[in-house]
Amino acid sequence: MTAQPAAAISVRGLRKSYGSQVVLDGIDLDVPEGTVFALLGPNGAGKTTAIHILSTLIAADAGEVRVGGFDAIREPDAVRRVIGLTGQVSAVDGQFTGEENLRLMADLHHLGREGGRLRVAELLERFDLVDAARKPAMTWSGGMRRRLDLAMTLVGEPRIIFLDEPTTGLDPRSRRVMWDIVRDLVARGVTILLTTQYLEEADRLATGIALLDGGRVVARGTPAELKRLVPGGSVRLEFADVTALDRADRALVGGSRDDQGLALELPGSDGIHSLRGLLDRLDAAEIEVEGLSIRSADLDDVFLSLTGRRDGPEVPTP
Amino acid sequence: MTAHAITDSLTMLRRSLRRMRRYPSLTLFIAGIPVVLLLLFVYVFGGTLGAGLGGPGVPPAPGMPAPAVMGRDAYVAYVVPGILLLTIVGAAQGTAISVAMDMTAGIIARFRTMAIARVAVLAGHVVGSVIQALLATALVIVVAVVIGFRPTTAPAAWLAAGGLLVLAAVGIGWLSVALGLVSDSVETASNLPMFLMLLLFLSSGFVPAASMPGPLGWFAEHQPFTPVIETLRGLLLGTPIGDDGWIAVAWCVALSLGGYLWARRLYERVPERAAP
Repeated sequence: MTAQPAAAISVRGLRKSYGSQVVLDGIDLDVPEGTVFALLGPNGAGKTTAIHILSTLIAADAGEVRVGGFDAIREPDAVRRVIGLTGQVSAVDGQFTGEENLRLMADLHHLGREGGRLRVAELLERFDLVDAARKPAMTWSGGMRRRLDLAMTLVGEPRIIFLDEPTTGLDPRSRRVMWDIVRDLVARGVTILLTTQYLEEADRLATGIALLDGGRVVARGTPAELKRLVPGGSVRLEFADVTALDRADRALVGGSRDDQGLALELPGSDGIHSLRGLLDRLDAAEIEVEGLSIRSADLDDVFLSLTGRRDGPEVPTP
Repeated sequence: MTAHAITDSLTMLRRSLRRMRRYPSLTLFIAGIPVVLLLLFVYVFGGTLGAGLGGPGVPPAPGMPAPAVMGRDAYVAYVVPGILLLTIVGAAQGTAISVAMDMTAGIIARFRTMAIARVAVLAGHVVGSVIQALLATALVIVVAVVIGFRPTTAPAAWLAAGGLLVLAAVGIGWLSVALGLVSDSVETASNLPMFLMLLLFLSSGFVPAASMPGPLGWFAEHQPFTPVIETLRGLLLGTPIGDDGWIAVAWCVALSLGGYLWARRLYERVPERAAP
C-alpha cells in the first residue's frame, strides 16, 4: 500500500495511450488527505488526461487508481460520490442564472427542497455571488463564472476536488480570490489535486508537487525540495554606461551581458559571502554600480533545467 | 445503476423544460420553418402539384379520395403529414444543438463525474425534445387547419396518429441526442440533422414515391419516413394503410433503440471537448 496511511489519492503505474501516442507513461502519485497537490507541466504533458482518469471520465490502459479509498476503475460510482471536478472549461450553463445552476446541482445530489435552498444560499454568500445570483450566467465575468463553477462542484460537499487549471485566463485579482478559496477548502479538510502551468500557483498553494513532462513524473517533492534540485539564483548588476559595463564584464568573469539593459547577470551568487566578494571586486576595480537585484531560485529554474524547454509554463502575467 | 434514475431524469427534464420556457423563441422558430414551408408548398407549388397528384402519366396517389378533389385543396391534405414530420426533424436539430452545447461547455463532463444515473442526462434531453416537437407540431396543425386541412377520419384515428407522431419524435429524439454527442462543435450539431431533412424530401411526403424515376422511386418507397407518412395519411384521411402501419412502428422502435444505444456509447466514451 501507500507510504501515507491516509492517502486521499494513490496512483500506481498509470498508463494511457491514444493510438501510438503515449500520454501517460507510468505515473505514481500519493496525495495525503487534506492537502493541496499540484500537477505541474507544459501543455501536452498529460495533466488533463491524468485528471480525467482520476475523476472517472476516461479509463486507464494500465495501473492502479484509488480515490477516496475506492478503485476508480471498478467502483466509479463510489468514487463519484466523494469527488468533485472543476474542468478547464467552465461547466456552467450560461442560459440559466447562477442560482438555477446551483439548484440543479442540489437536485442531482438529492438535497431536498429546503436542504437545497439553504446550501445554494450559503454557497452564493460564500463565493460573493449574491448580487448576480438571479442573472443569466452568460452575462457574468470570467472570474465570477469560475467561482460559480467551483461553487457547483461544492454543492455535494466532495472530500476530494480536482481543479484543472483553475486560474488560467483569470485576471490577477480573480486569481488571488481563487487561491483564497482553495486555501479555505483545505482548511476545512478537503483534499485538492490541481493542475497548473503557473509555477507561482504551485509554489503558493501546493504542499506537494509532481512535475510532469512527456507523460512521466520528472520530479516530485515540496516546492522547497524542488528548488534545491537546481543551483539557480543570480545577481543582476546595472550600470550607467557601456564603458562601465565593459569594465565590469572584464573584472567579473562568467557573467552574461545584457547590452540593451546595460546589465550583467551573474549566476549562483545569491549567498551573502559570494555577494560580499562580488562587491569587493567591484570596489577594487572602481566600477560604479547603478543598481543591484538578487533573484532566488524559483520553480521556473527547476522546470527549465528538468524539461530543457522554454515553451512550457509561463510565469503568471503581472 | 443508482436508485435515482427516475428522480434524476425528472431533474434533467425540468432543466430542458425551463430552457424551453425561458427561450420560447426556439420553439416558435422550430414551428416557424414548417409553417413557412407548408404555406410555400400549398400556395406556390400546391396548384400544380395538386393537379399532378392524379394527373396523366402519374398513377393516382394512394391518398387522394377522388380525382374531383384536386389542385390546391387536395395538396393541403396530401402534404400535411410530411410537414408534421418536418416539424419533428426541426425539433431534433434543436435537441442536437443543445446536447452539443452541453458537451462543449463541459456540462456533460461534470454530470459524468457525479453519481447520477447515466441514462438520466440523455433521457432528460429526449423527453424535452419530444415535448418541444409536439408543441411545435400542435402549432403547425393549427395553421394547417386554418388553411383548409380537414381530417376525414374519427377522433380515435387522430389519437392513433398522435401516438405515431410521439413514437417518431422519440426515435428521432434519441438519434438527435446521439448526433449532438458525436458532433465536435455546435455548428456540426446544427448541420448533421440536415440529412434527415433531405431524406424527408426523398419520401412520399411531398409527391408520391411512384412519380419519381426508377431507383429514386424505389428508395422513396422503402425509406423509413414513407411508411410513417403513409400511416399518418391513412389515420387522418382514411387512405389504405396496409403493411405501412407496422412497418412505421418498427422503424420508430428501431430508431429509438439504435439511437439510444449509440447515444449511451458516445456518452460513456467522450470526455470534455477541451482535452488536448
